[in-house]
Amino acid sequence: MSARNRELLALVPASLLLSAGFAAVFIQRHELVGVQGTNRLTTLSLTYGAIFLGLCLAVHVFLRLRLPYADPYLFPLVATLACFGLVFIYRIDKTLAQDQARWFFVGILAFAATILLLRDYRVLERYRYVIALASLLLLMLPLVPGIGETTNGANLSVRLGSISFQPGEFAKIGIIIFLASYLRDSREMLTTQGTRVLGVNLPPLRQLGPLLVVFGAAMMLLLLIKDLGTSVMFFGGFLAVIYVATNRLVYPAIGLSMFAFGAWFIGRHTAHVQDRIAAWKHPFNDHLYNVVGGSYQLAQSLFAQADGGIFGTGIGQALLKLPSGGTIIPVPQTDLIFAVITNELGLVGACGLLLVYLLFVERGFKTAILARDSFSKLLAAGLTAVFALQVFVIVGGVTKTIPLTGVTLPFVSYGGSSIVANFVLLALLLMISDRSRRPA
Amino acid sequence: MNAPISRLFALVVVMFAVLVYFTSKSTVFNADALRNNPKNQRTLLAQQKIHRGPIRAADNSALARSVPAPGQTWTRIYPPGALFPHAVGYSFTTFGRAGLERYYNDELTGRRNEFSSILDQLAGRKEVGDQLVTHLVPAAQQVALTDLAGRRGAVIAMDPRTGAVQVMASVPGYNQNLLRDPKTATALNKDPASPLFNRTTQSGYPPGSTFKVVTAIAAIDSGRYTPDSTVNGKSPITISGTPLSNDANEQFGDITLTKALTFSVNTVWAQVAKDLGPRIMNKYMRRLGFFADPPLDYPHDQIRPSGEYIHNGQTLVDAADGAVDIGRMGIGQDKLNVTPLQMAMVASAVANGGVLMKPHLGSKIVDPDGRVRDAVQPEQQSRVMSAKSAHEVGVMMAQVVNEGTGTAAALQGIQVAGKTGTAQIDIQNNITQPWFIAFAPVINPRVAVAVTVERTQGGFGGTVAAPIAKDVMETLLR
Repeated sequence: MSARNRELLALVPASLLLSAGFAAVFIQRHELVGVQGTNRLTTLSLTYGAIFLGLCLAVHVFLRLRLPYADPYLFPLVATLACFGLVFIYRIDKTLAQDQARWFFVGILAFAATILLLRDYRVLERYRYVIALASLLLLMLPLVPGIGETTNGANLSVRLGSISFQPGEFAKIGIIIFLASYLRDSREMLTTQGTRVLGVNLPPLRQLGPLLVVFGAAMMLLLLIKDLGTSVMFFGGFLAVIYVATNRLVYPAIGLSMFAFGAWFIGRHTAHVQDRIAAWKHPFNDHLYNVVGGSYQLAQSLFAQADGGIFGTGIGQALLKLPSGGTIIPVPQTDLIFAVITNELGLVGACGLLLVYLLFVERGFKTAILARDSFSKLLAAGLTAVFALQVFVIVGGVTKTIPLTGVTLPFVSYGGSSIVANFVLLALLLMISDRSRRPA
Repeated sequence: MNAPISRLFALVVVMFAVLVYFTSKSTVFNADALRNNPKNQRTLLAQQKIHRGPIRAADNSALARSVPAPGQTWTRIYPPGALFPHAVGYSFTTFGRAGLERYYNDELTGRRNEFSSILDQLAGRKEVGDQLVTHLVPAAQQVALTDLAGRRGAVIAMDPRTGAVQVMASVPGYNQNLLRDPKTATALNKDPASPLFNRTTQSGYPPGSTFKVVTAIAAIDSGRYTPDSTVNGKSPITISGTPLSNDANEQFGDITLTKALTFSVNTVWAQVAKDLGPRIMNKYMRRLGFFADPPLDYPHDQIRPSGEYIHNGQTLVDAADGAVDIGRMGIGQDKLNVTPLQMAMVASAVANGGVLMKPHLGSKIVDPDGRVRDAVQPEQQSRVMSAKSAHEVGVMMAQVVNEGTGTAAALQGIQVAGKTGTAQIDIQNNITQPWFIAFAPVINPRVAVAVTVERTQGGFGGTVAAPIAKDVMETLLR
């Protein structure tokens, strides 16, 4: 079977999942019980399913025409994730789901535009410094007075008119592109040259210099806007790319020790970081629980998961609203959506979702392995690593594996910039894949 | 560059495994601790959202029902106020649950098996609890409370044919509606008069001479005695090395057991109990339900077993224990500690031809659509004695009301059988605990009762407790 036919087939479960999910939400809301017994269940949920399926088919046809050899599973996996997201955002708030669906449409447009305009993604290599600079400027945007927004003590987002977006989501792609193209050139030197100091091969500073400058600036900016989650993602992505480029563990080892020292230093001197760590260690401490930006979020996340148990309460069954009208879990549609999913689908559903992410990551790394040139390999591996880390940072935060920091769950959380940026990431992966699998 | 990519993927797999581990921790391993965390409002909020089914009396009047409260929640109200606080109990998110509200919580909240819940969800049915219909009779309960007139004590009445409990009065009581306010609830909980305490099932009292019915059952059914067997009733006699005398040191010659019960002759029954010995006494006490929680549909920790309590009332033992003075036990003294419910069960077993039925408060569970989901079927707890023995003991008890100590319980036109009791609580200050257990009519009995009043100034079972039993039985037989 051709790659595209397999893709088409793989889309079926995603649309079934979506229809079933919406049906469950409707049942819970008693919306199917019309006065005359009219069967609104079938019409409504199937309409949602049909629109979504239509969009998926459009993307599929587009891929057939433009990237016929690309990996057949990446897009269906994204569609499945999107289903999870849409169903749960719809379940949390109908109007948000309409917004989200619109952002999906914009995301797909960005996806198509990336593929159409970028014909050959390798041109990106030529603009590496432009891209690096643009990424740094993006990260600086939230600091600009008047358009920067502050949430939970961190200023991650930028507001232009009625649209708010998180530049970090786009900067992560830009920085990975820069790293991949830069390391393609200098990887040889990094592996072969260098001065031996005390029996350890130190990397040549001349080659490493520009890299450290750009990367250091990015990290500084992230610290300035207090976006801890994204900074961890960036740092992890950086270590992953440099490790793949050099195949020498000494680089990530040095990186990790730098990170450890940095974390310790920053932790000691930044109240924001200290708060997050304290909230993580003692989520049920009275003071931390009650203080603004304290552990309330994490505690509620854990309570929600405990409520879910192994099989969950069922879609639409979890308690989200207090009798007073407030929400029991703060921002359930973004940072804590994984807690809501675990509450309603249980450990089983949570593992299912993680498995979908793992399969996506597997396809991403497979793409990197199949790629024929260094830049493609590094780019695919870097993008995939950053994607996996993003999942780890937010799911880990919500489950008390690591301190909770606000990043989105890719393709699932509510949020325009996250969806658009991740669709661009998907476009790049598919372009790399198409190129490497194309018969010579 | 492929090897590091593969290793990177392996690392991601490990990291995701860690995520699965932590998710399992919060959903499974630590779930109970998280659910019970005092900061977790979910359980409380979920409870408030449930429309609990009502609890109804035998006449279908509401004893408890739910009314809408702000924020799409429900709160409990108890329309008859202080009528059935102990039997019905209460259910408040701030104060917890007790009584039938606790025992039938699953039914009242509509929690059935997993499968039917899923079907309900698919059918879009709203979560409404089932209603509980009880055997409680408000009119008779009101009579019991009026007759107790604020004196601390307990009245319990049941249908001996089924075990259906119709009256469960415990004084002092309280108004369940007041528990909605946490401060009042805490104050009631700390009240030295313990109004929240159900004296019919939780209070252990010395049963006094009502226990002679138990000794009589053992004597007759074991075949060792007949109602006409004679025993000498002189007073005092020495039991376990201490002199024991009759009331007012009254002297009796050789008298039948019937007469000895009619006039409650201590010395006769002490000799009979001593003669029967611990093995036979234990056998019949056990069949009557002593030494174990009565199988009432009521929370386990609101029921206590009856029997001999040694070590200052801390340890429950049977008649074979070395510390037990079996002669005095046979007349309801020694360290006997029994609940009014247990004594009602004794009367009930005699009334029902020797068969003790399991006492129960609930009658049926009815779903919101009016269909009976579950009916509480009468069940035999044990066969205590033969029908013949039951008849003979019943006739003896009828004599008590006809011409003995219990004449105050006699009903116009209905033959009543009973036994008085007057436990000495404080001999110096003449503080007594009057008792009366009875059933009626003697032929085809329909009601059995136990009545006791705490700490009266020289009151007797026949003068204080018997009139209450009479009024309650009259109301139930009407």
